[in-house]
Amino acid sequence: MTEVERHSYDVVVIGAGGAGLRAAIEAREHGMRTAVVCKSLFGKAHTVMAEGGCAAAMGNVNPNDNWQVHFRDTMRGGKFLNNWRMVELHAKEAPERVWELETYGALFDRTPDGRISQRNFGGHTYPRLAHVGDRTGLELIRTMQQKIVSLQQQDYAETGDYEAKLKVFAECTITELLTDPATGAIAGAFGYWRESGRFILFEAPAVVMATGGIGKSFKVTSNSWEYTGDGHALAMRAGATLINMEFVQFHPTGMVWPPSVKGILVTEGVRGDGGVLKNSEGKRFMFDYVPDVFKGQYAETEEEADRWYTDQENNRRTPDLLPRDEVARAINAEVKAGRGSPHGGVFLDIASRLPAEEIKRRLPSMYHQFKELADVDITKEPMEVGPTCHYVMGGIEVDPDTAQSVVPGLFAAGECSGGMHGSNRLGGNSLSDLLVFGRRAGLGAANYVSTLSSRPAVRQADVDAAARLALLPFDPPEGSGQPENPYALHQDLQQTMNDLVGIIRKAEEIEQALERLVELKARMRRVVVEGHRQYNPGWHLAIDLRNMFMVSEAVAKAALMRTESRGGHTRDDFPQLDPQWRKTLLVCSSAADDELVPGVTVEPKEQEPMRQDLFELFDIEELSKYYTEAELAAHPDYRGAAAGSGDEAGKEEA
Amino acid sequence: MSYIGKFRVWRGDANGGSLEDYQVEVNEGEVVLDVIHRLQATQAPDLAVRWNCKAGKCGSCSAEINGKPRLMCMTRMSTFSEDETITVTPMRAFSVIRDLVTDVSYNYEKARMVPSFQPPKDLAPGEYRMQQVDVERSQEFRKCIECFLCQNTCHVIRDHEENKPAFSGPRFLMRIAELEMHPLDTADRRDLAQDEHGLGYCNITKCCTEVCPEGIHITDNALIPMKERVAGRRYDPVVWLGNKLFRRNRA
Ligand SMILES: Cc1cc2nc3c(=O)[nH]c(=O)nc-3n(C[C@H](O)[C@H](O)[C@H](O)COP(=O)(O)OP(=O)(O)OC[C@H]3O[C@@H](n4cnc5c(N)ncnc54)[C@H](O)[C@@H]3O)c2cc1C
Ligand code: SF4
Ligand code: SF4
Ligand code: FES
Repeated sequence: MTEVERHSYDVVVIGAGGAGLRAAIEAREHGMRTAVVCKSLFGKAHTVMAEGGCAAAMGNVNPNDNWQVHFRDTMRGGKFLNNWRMVELHAKEAPERVWELETYGALFDRTPDGRISQRNFGGHTYPRLAHVGDRTGLELIRTMQQKIVSLQQQDYAETGDYEAKLKVFAECTITELLTDPATGAIAGAFGYWRESGRFILFEAPAVVMATGGIGKSFKVTSNSWEYTGDGHALAMRAGATLINMEFVQFHPTGMVWPPSVKGILVTEGVRGDGGVLKNSEGKRFMFDYVPDVFKGQYAETEEEADRWYTDQENNRRTPDLLPRDEVARAINAEVKAGRGSPHGGVFLDIASRLPAEEIKRRLPSMYHQFKELADVDITKEPMEVGPTCHYVMGGIEVDPDTAQSVVPGLFAAGECSGGMHGSNRLGGNSLSDLLVFGRRAGLGAANYVSTLSSRPAVRQADVDAAARLALLPFDPPEGSGQPENPYALHQDLQQTMNDLVGIIRKAEEIEQALERLVELKARMRRVVVEGHRQYNPGWHLAIDLRNMFMVSEAVAKAALMRTESRGGHTRDDFPQLDPQWRKTLLVCSSAADDELVPGVTVEPKEQEPMRQDLFELFDIEELSKYYTEAELAAHPDYRGAAAGSGDEAGKEEA
Repeated sequence: MSYIGKFRVWRGDANGGSLEDYQVEVNEGEVVLDVIHRLQATQAPDLAVRWNCKAGKCGSCSAEINGKPRLMCMTRMSTFSEDETITVTPMRAFSVIRDLVTDVSYNYEKARMVPSFQPPKDLAPGEYRMQQVDVERSQEFRKCIECFLCQNTCHVIRDHEENKPAFSGPRFLMRIAELEMHPLDTADRRDLAQDEHGLGYCNITKCCTEVCPEGIHITDNALIPMKERVAGRRYDPVVWLGNKLFRRNRA
């Protein structure tokens, strides 16, 4: 029998980023004994890196903003593949969630009349992002971290124990979810302490997954080591489904030089505050890349674009602020056409657009980052930027209102959940997503737990199996052949995904990637780690690789199946948007064929049609660019297949 | 452009350890953390190190490089000559867990002792109004990435474990200042700063400010004003009297 430290909780939240912390606050405020588990120290989760801001239609800067406009922008950004109910809840609840943070002590930048200031960002019609300079994520994390401390202080006052009802288990990694074999419901979670390597078991009827993204499966990424898709893979292994895994967002502006910082993010706030993209000829090339679906919504001349920063009523926004997928593809095309910068990117120029002092005030960490890491003074020279793997739209399929997955007791929120952002996420919509659905997941879990009459039990056999799999790299099976170094295997995986399932995809390449994944998975069995269990990063990586393989397979298989281009999924061999695909979701689940790294199966599924009142928030002309003829018939302005110019546009797109 | 760099890295755990010599490839534009990662990938797979963002935003990768407290991800190799031996050791003020990873739990315990933001009772969410100039003072302190380099450097605790119970260190004295300067906070932490968090131990040497990777003016903008506030409260007879008279109302 395995030696395991045991704990019992009502709700276990896996992840201490924005989503996890908000879920934990909610669960605890509903009386649940709550544990928060995270791989890093408390306060270091990926959310600290978010720069630009948090989208919420408060209307502080432009009073015309409201939830309907935010709803429309988000659906457009996601190319209408989004789960519309999530988009609705998000647009309606985001302002309350941001205001609530002020009651926890957050200090956002202000408008002249003392309200929360809001900035422009790609795809948002009005200035909408609450922000603190370019360190908004840090403010969110610190605010919620401090809120958790304040709840612990309340508990201390009552019980003499800070951790009586809410405890953070930092530097602790969950490797497996445990379920009740009879009902499939969540019974607990198994993991290890990074510091000691000792095992830990949480017995709990509800788990909230808030583990973030998957970027570490790609070579060039803005993501940290934590982004190994653990939540995605653990949920699949526990019987949950993932949707939209083919949609991976490549942020258009990552650093490209020096090589060691390649991929580190350059916030979209640079463009929101006036920065423009230029090619090696000094041309503002984005004007040439406004796609048909956005024609008429963006400025057509540099003069109009520049006027827009000060007068948004009478001018259209600059195409530098098109949704991210469009900008990333445009940069890719410019570089391919030989008009790139010396180190294979394009130029992002803010130096010639704002006074030096203003740049330092508005974008202090960007100034710092380029100065320190690339010896570039962004107040004097343009930056060199190129696409970097940034965000996964795909994730655990959940009920929009309760955030529960198909597994009873398993909830998910934040980047590891799927549906909200459709095929492409708008900047700023993640931080607000974390708050809105983090809260809903915490609430959903609390409600679920309070209706239970008995708690599912953890089976000892499952605990033993989880322990055995975790220890495999210390003791690979006899005669398994040439030992493998986990670092080398990880590099090969990243290279494969980057080269073959990256920003522009085609069938042969994805098929090749899938073949390579099979070979790499075979090598996975031979991974051997040196040293002992105490704080051993080689071992930690070996465990994370299991998850990266499952997630990579889900991305590749779904990408192969979706024969169209939409948002964060671009197929060279199917370059058009296909209205038939708009209503189709690809659902990934575990094939349960192998205990170490199970295969992934992908099934198409019809998306639920948008509720009528929401459908009618859009003009028929716009909808006809995305929807099939049969679907359009439900719109009150529908005039039949042959009528209206919008329908022709629809056919062109198809 | 690349060369073989000479590194000495502290390896060991709570029971002791030693500096180990390594020769490792260094490429153009790299930072110390890149080289540590290459060491992990090629020669020392179990070398323990904390890091997350590799962009100076999370404050995980604190260590001492040639004796100077720094973030490994923000220390460029080009600041050293190619034949220099670069010594990387864990932060000294905290006990070692393994290699470059230290036990920073002291900081989380101190954080928990600072009474949290107390919102005004009469304002509903969405009704908060504050001027930019007023929030900027606390915003400067909220740039803190909790790298704990200032804590590691402050002489009050650097080699004086015995002062830890009475002294919260610059990071958390600054947290108190941040709350005190929050335009809408309604609590008073001045006595606590002095009595529970050891503000009096600070003799404004500014060593903490010098190592802060965020360039926060910890001493000038947080600690000194905080000392003035405490002094004002303690010795100003009017404040003292008002305090006596109104204490019951506040409790
Ligand atoms: C550089 C950068 C800038 C960004 N800027 C913006 C922006 O301006 N606006 C915006 O809206 N979005 C932005 N994003 C996106 C946004 O920051 C993320 O999508 C979001 O923070 C994810 O939050 P989360 O709560 O889902 O997960 P995270 O904050 O990533 O937290 C995940 C947590 O899960 C834990 N975890 C993971 N696996 C395990 C496991 N197996 N066991 C235990 N714990 C585990 C981790 O330790 C961590 O605590 C940015 C992203 C990046 C990378
Ligand atoms: S200024 Fe005060 S807190 Fe900072 S290092 Fe000196 S004594 Fe320590
Ligand atoms: S104040 Fe500066 S040095 Fe101290 S923990 Fe914060 S960021 Fe680090
Ligand atoms: S790794 Fe985040 S600060 Fe260095």
